[in-house]
Amino acid sequence: MEMIKIKNLIHEYIRRDEEENVVDIKRAVDDVNIEVKPGEFVAILGHNGSGKSTLAKHINAILYPSEGAVWVNGMDTSAEENLWKVRQSAGMVFQNPDNQIIGSVVEEDVGFGPENMGIPTEEIWERVEESLKSVGMWQYRKKSPNKLSGGQKQRVAIAGVVAMHPKCIILDEATAMLDPSGRKEVLRAVRALNQVEEVTIVHITHYMEEVIYADKVFVMDQGKVVMQGTPREIFSKVEELQKLRLAVPQVTQLAYELQKSGLPIKSGILTVEELVEELCKCG
Amino acid sequence: MAIIVDKLNYVYSDAGHQVQALQDISVVIPDGQFLGIIGHTGSGKSTFIQHLNGLLKASSGNIYYNGEDICHKDYDRKQLRSKVGLVFQYPEHQLFEADVFQDVCFGPKNLGLDRKQTELRAFTALRQVGVPEDLFYVSPFELSGGQKRRVAIAGVLAMEPEVLILDEPTAGLDPKGRDDLLDQLAKLHKERNMTIILVSHSMEDVANYAERILVMDKGKILFDQTPKEVFSHVKELEEIGLGAPQVTYVMQELKNKGFSVGTKMTTIEEAKVEILKVLKGR
Amino acid sequence: MLRDITLGQYYQANSRLHRLDPRVKLIATFLYIISLFLFKNITAYVIAALWLLLVIKMSKVPFKFMVKGLKPVMTIMILTVVCNMLFTKGTPLFSVWKITITYEGLKMAFYMIVRFVMLIVGSTIMTLTTTPNQLTDGLESVLKPLKKVKVPVHEVAMMMAIALRFIPILMEETDKIIKAQIARGADFESGNLLKRVKAMLPILIPLFVSAFRRANDLAMAMESRCYRGGDGRTKMKPLIYKIEDKKALVCVALYLFVLVAGGIAGNYLPI
Repeated sequence: MEMIKIKNLIHEYIRRDEEENVVDIKRAVDDVNIEVKPGEFVAILGHNGSGKSTLAKHINAILYPSEGAVWVNGMDTSAEENLWKVRQSAGMVFQNPDNQIIGSVVEEDVGFGPENMGIPTEEIWERVEESLKSVGMWQYRKKSPNKLSGGQKQRVAIAGVVAMHPKCIILDEATAMLDPSGRKEVLRAVRALNQVEEVTIVHITHYMEEVIYADKVFVMDQGKVVMQGTPREIFSKVEELQKLRLAVPQVTQLAYELQKSGLPIKSGILTVEELVEELCKCG
Repeated sequence: MAIIVDKLNYVYSDAGHQVQALQDISVVIPDGQFLGIIGHTGSGKSTFIQHLNGLLKASSGNIYYNGEDICHKDYDRKQLRSKVGLVFQYPEHQLFEADVFQDVCFGPKNLGLDRKQTELRAFTALRQVGVPEDLFYVSPFELSGGQKRRVAIAGVLAMEPEVLILDEPTAGLDPKGRDDLLDQLAKLHKERNMTIILVSHSMEDVANYAERILVMDKGKILFDQTPKEVFSHVKELEEIGLGAPQVTYVMQELKNKGFSVGTKMTTIEEAKVEILKVLKGR
Repeated sequence: MLRDITLGQYYQANSRLHRLDPRVKLIATFLYIISLFLFKNITAYVIAALWLLLVIKMSKVPFKFMVKGLKPVMTIMILTVVCNMLFTKGTPLFSVWKITITYEGLKMAFYMIVRFVMLIVGSTIMTLTTTPNQLTDGLESVLKPLKKVKVPVHEVAMMMAIALRFIPILMEETDKIIKAQIARGADFESGNLLKRVKAMLPILIPLFVSAFRRANDLAMAMESRCYRGGDGRTKMKPLIYKIEDKKALVCVALYLFVLVAGGIAGNYLPI
């Protein structure tokens, strides 16, 4: 069974005036089909306004399909009886680190989810400990979130989701407001969760260099999925990506330019090491 | 005529502790330079730029703008702020007027200009940052993130500053939005000979656009050189949580593998030329 | 300036006071505040002050934190003191022009200021040694009886906790917006009152917009973490009275007894 199954999903934002007449309909997600298997690391790429964030909010039952359907772990997200189970199975980390931390002390924030789920006290403590340790924030448990860096705050937010024992974590542009070292921190934590705990990850971002470790990449534009494949497959289509307002990482771009100038380099170079290796073959 | 910073120190107290945010900063920024400032969060770069337009007062040391001491009590700091424009991080959070055009008028109006002048400046500024005219009379809160950012920058440009300082202007923008914005800055720099000071996390951006880079760490200036020189200190940069553009790493790796390539390339174009030269020469 | 507000700010330390049950601290603070209004004589105030000093000592919170909490309410304090001095009738001490300062007025003002300071410092200690979450848990528990008369106790407690969490963030944001508008030439210092109020708009509007945005984000984050009100919720830190808490309650009772005794005795003293 798929962890996440999105079938013919359409989402429309409808604006109404004071008399409830429809003024404007904007189709943010347009006929999207995506399947994610358990344990996969999936990335969704797209420029701002491409509909990727709207899509993400369907997986957590914050938004409901206008048409089509979304299943999480086999549960239809639009069925009301599934609501809390869906939210527990698919945890969500949002963009702004400040606006998703509820507790005034790190450990209390991590305990917020389990408290809502009605977990017995002793188990909450166990969960808080294991989840803070899994993102490397255990030593900060007594600190105020305001004293942490952006990357640390996001790791606390991830721990808060992990404590709910989700099957899947969705990062909704969770790295967009961080500095490069913060982004690395968060990505490291997420990859560890994916590899060690086998949590399914859906990472939504516009930073290309963050998707090179994904198993599968979906590229969105104007609400549609316009490209999909492994990072290598995606990154070998440099020109197409540029048309979609996305830019490949510098190494990929350099490799592409060199290839165009006639050097026999394979397409879809992802890392510095790969490029150097290829160039060694040329020399 | 330039900005001259002489032994600037800034100390503040946080929960009873004295924190030295800036330590003995001395630097000369000549007119018309495109200067990049890099450093990780908390390195003092935001604190530093707030001194340049008098928003923060130095604990000791002096800053001269066009030969005048801006720390002097008789200095007209309001006038200074129109000459040295500062765009904060996430500047779209300061928009407040009913429509885009009025919001951009706020700055020139505060300078005491008449209506005609004010509107002319707002119009020019909005054009400069590439906001299409059909958005002029829309509420700023209805724009997309990238558009809001442009409007906010126009709000500072409308004061017609001689120096434009931007703190992480590309944070949160997608690659295209980022490139467009940086290109626009480069254009302002070239066409109006404006001094641009760009604070950034992105090594690639700074490498591509700046003529000179200040690297800050723990309130001090660690390096003050051209991009090429700065990024040759890869090891030191990594120690303070920064790095070099990816292409610089490629060149260094190639050299380690025995290729006789230069390692000072910081942009894709330079790297391409160098690699082709060496490989085809064999 | 905006960072000076300590009310609602937790100070991390490991003291006996920090470990106390928040309900005990709430009740004790409540009783303490009442105790300040029971008597109006020097003996009672001395006893109350000694008690306060003891508590401050126990809290391990640096003294300057408490004093900082006083700064924002300084104006109100001075105003009340001046009013009391001017408008209390009694034996005149001296008079300047039409203003007469009376012995009673001076005494009143003195008591007022002592009371005010002790009240603020007393409640600041509570918030400094109790995390907002504990505080709201305590409030929720103490006020539970009100639930029967349909007071939404949990919701109010949650609202308080969130407000407390976001105070420092919004303060910082205000600071940033002010700076950004000054950088655009805004002037907050000159002009008449109306002009100055108008000058505040460029700060207030962005601040409200941001607060709404944050509220929206936070509501979404809370929902996605399965928050659905107080029913069926368990507690990570449930409130259980321990020996220490019982001892503390006894101490509070003792204090009250001493204060009442001292206060009554004080009424018969000449000052």
